Amino acid sequence: MSGAASPASPLVAVEGIHTFYGKSHILHGVSLEVGRGEVVGLLGRNGVGKSTTLKTVMGLVRPSQGEVRYEGRAITGLAPHRLARLGIGYVPEDRRIFRLLTVMENLRTGLDRAGVDEGRKQALLEKVYDYFPVLADRRNQAGGTLSGGEQQMLAIARAMMLEPKIILLDEPTEGLMPRMVSQIRQIIDALHREGVAILLVEQNVPLTLEACARIYLMEKGQVRHQAAAAELRADAAVIHQYMGI
Amino acid sequence: MPILLDQILIQTINGIVTGMILALVASGLTLIFGIMDVVNFAHGELFMLGAYVGVTTMVATGNFWIALLVATVVIALLGAVIQITTLRPLLGRDPLTTILATFGLSLVLQNYALWQFGPVARKIQEPFTGHFSLFYLDYPWYRLVIAGLSAAIIGALWLFLKFGTYGIWIRATTQDRVMASAMGIPVPWVHTAVFAIGAGMAAASGVLFGPLVGVNHAMGLDWVLKAFIVVVVGGMGNLGGSIAAAIFVSLLEAYASLWVSPAQAVIVSFVALILTLLFRPTGLFVPTPK
Amino acid sequence: MTAEQSTGAAPGSLVSARGGAGSPILRTEGLTVRFGGLTALNDVNVEVQRGEIRAIIGPNGAGKSTFFNCLTGVLHPTAGRILLDGKDVTGLPPNRTSQKGIARSYQITNIMPNATTLENVRIAAQSRRHSWSLLTHHRAYRDILSRAEGALAAVGLAGKADELAANLSHGEQRNLEIGIALATEPQLLCLDEPTAGMSAAETHDTMELVRRIAKALTILIVEHDMQVVMELCHRITVLHYGEVLAEGTPAEIQGNPKVMEVYLKT
Repeated sequence: MSGAASPASPLVAVEGIHTFYGKSHILHGVSLEVGRGEVVGLLGRNGVGKSTTLKTVMGLVRPSQGEVRYEGRAITGLAPHRLARLGIGYVPEDRRIFRLLTVMENLRTGLDRAGVDEGRKQALLEKVYDYFPVLADRRNQAGGTLSGGEQQMLAIARAMMLEPKIILLDEPTEGLMPRMVSQIRQIIDALHREGVAILLVEQNVPLTLEACARIYLMEKGQVRHQAAAAELRADAAVIHQYMGI
Repeated sequence: MPILLDQILIQTINGIVTGMILALVASGLTLIFGIMDVVNFAHGELFMLGAYVGVTTMVATGNFWIALLVATVVIALLGAVIQITTLRPLLGRDPLTTILATFGLSLVLQNYALWQFGPVARKIQEPFTGHFSLFYLDYPWYRLVIAGLSAAIIGALWLFLKFGTYGIWIRATTQDRVMASAMGIPVPWVHTAVFAIGAGMAAASGVLFGPLVGVNHAMGLDWVLKAFIVVVVGGMGNLGGSIAAAIFVSLLEAYASLWVSPAQAVIVSFVALILTLLFRPTGLFVPTPK
Repeated sequence: MTAEQSTGAAPGSLVSARGGAGSPILRTEGLTVRFGGLTALNDVNVEVQRGEIRAIIGPNGAGKSTFFNCLTGVLHPTAGRILLDGKDVTGLPPNRTSQKGIARSYQITNIMPNATTLENVRIAAQSRRHSWSLLTHHRAYRDILSRAEGALAAVGLAGKADELAANLSHGEQRNLEIGIALATEPQLLCLDEPTAGMSAAETHDTMELVRRIAKALTILIVEHDMQVVMELCHRITVLHYGEVLAEGTPAEIQGNPKVMEVYLKT
């Protein structure tokens, strides 16, 4: 492992996770960390276990071994809705918009939480409509009628409604046109400016190198390499090894 | 000829009245299936127990409307308890498991009612008597009130699902349980709430229907069977479909009983079920199968 | 490492710069699959020589599974032809393509957990044309039994013939899946991500297995594990958005700038 510094007291820490789907051993001891406000990338080819890692953090899949910690506290095995309330937002690979709910209703699933007054809810909505004007236009349209790129925006906006401390982003640019890809990049930057940490799973190398401070590289169910993005930008060979042919 | 027309119109009204009660029972059933994939074989018993709680409350207070309210609330709570203790631990397992569990529950509840209330049928007094002249018949007002009230309850449910805060939670959980959880929605409690609502609606149907028939421990059996037919014909999990199917099936039976006895008219419902399964298995009133 | 270096034997007799001598075991002509507005495969022309181990790779959604589904008859192509050993098998249903000699293993293990390993394989072995008699005990059909046992031996599970399939390890289950496909005595074996969910050791064993059985067969393999692809395969076909992006030996593909661009998005 080369010398990028892991954060001293990380926001999210994954340690030695082994996850199975039935008998299929997908994660063979994955460890990584995300610091407060950090944008961290997780790169790897198809099938190496990147999505499964995010799902394990989000409690959607239970690891057979290992631990996940959030703000120092063990959260392994907690139900996803508790984690969402604690401040972990999740944007899945297939977006998983509530197709029969309107854009507004999709946002409300995250907005309607205990302890949030109307004023703050309105402010959050305004902010998100600012970031994503197209969602404002379509606020009363059913989620299923949105285009792929719009659904991706909605999925991210929906997670933002939770006012999360960290957002788990699973391949947000997959299948999107280059113009939308740069929009996603801008969103990531904006979220970073607000102090939201991001764990970005991607196969798009240039985007990840630009947007992230630190990057983990996965292969066959394990994290094999970790480096600062700056280092990796200068070292094409490592990228090639894990992402190329 | 004119006599036949009168009969058809009377049967239409009868069909709609029965259909609305059936819709009330079936909506609860389809809601429960849609959100947690549970086929609730105990639904008829919730209907039956609702009627019994209605009887008991009427004896105590003499007021039909209080009886209706109390029965709905009590059975809704019972439903919540049942869901938490029996069904929650079974979530995600083989569907056969929940079918067996609810079937077992139905046997337990039936026998409890038999033990508690005895085999003699009870009666609930209508809140008001009074007829109006419908062709050659004296048609009871109460029947129309049942239809109206059922429609109102279903309407209220629809409004709640569409506009209420927790309505959104229920709809989101029905569409994608996992993502709903990832959005902070407490899915186990949403399931409990929906089961309670379904139970409450079944109980209300039991009280509303009580004055029309005798209240006894086996009254749930007929209804649960019809309710399942309605749910399948209307499209499982499809609320609007169940309501349409309930009225459709009840009208079919009502018209059929112009020619055959009501006991035989039931066959029509089964024919509808079989035809639906053969040709449009996702439901007659579902837009297009995905 | 390329296929030449690791096996020692030169597969050169099978592989030339453009594709081997003799008629190809598989050829697709203009294979196209459209689902409504979505084009999953577009004018795919692929030729595979007898005895080749060919990898089909490509990013998500490139059309790899769709390609396999067309070959095995699970999917009807919208246009184009599939020729197995010169004979048109386009659009034949899966039971027919199996009888013609195309076998497939699946990404998600498709075995029968409550049957023994031998029973799993025997059912596949039975699928070949045979005369049946109600009065004959199944054990009397010696040829089926020997075919089944042979398939088990080929995948290294001969010692676990009477073990319940559910009790096998993950790697063994995936190999059983290959054994089931082998028992149908195919000409063309399609392997769909055979090393998914395997440890490095299991992956190595499966690679050895594939090398062993490849001597009598032609193998198409969809894989994401690039090490497996590079070490095992004679040639690689790269799919991208349903089209053939590049084809060649592992060395050629590694050096191909178009492929690099697709995978690294540079």
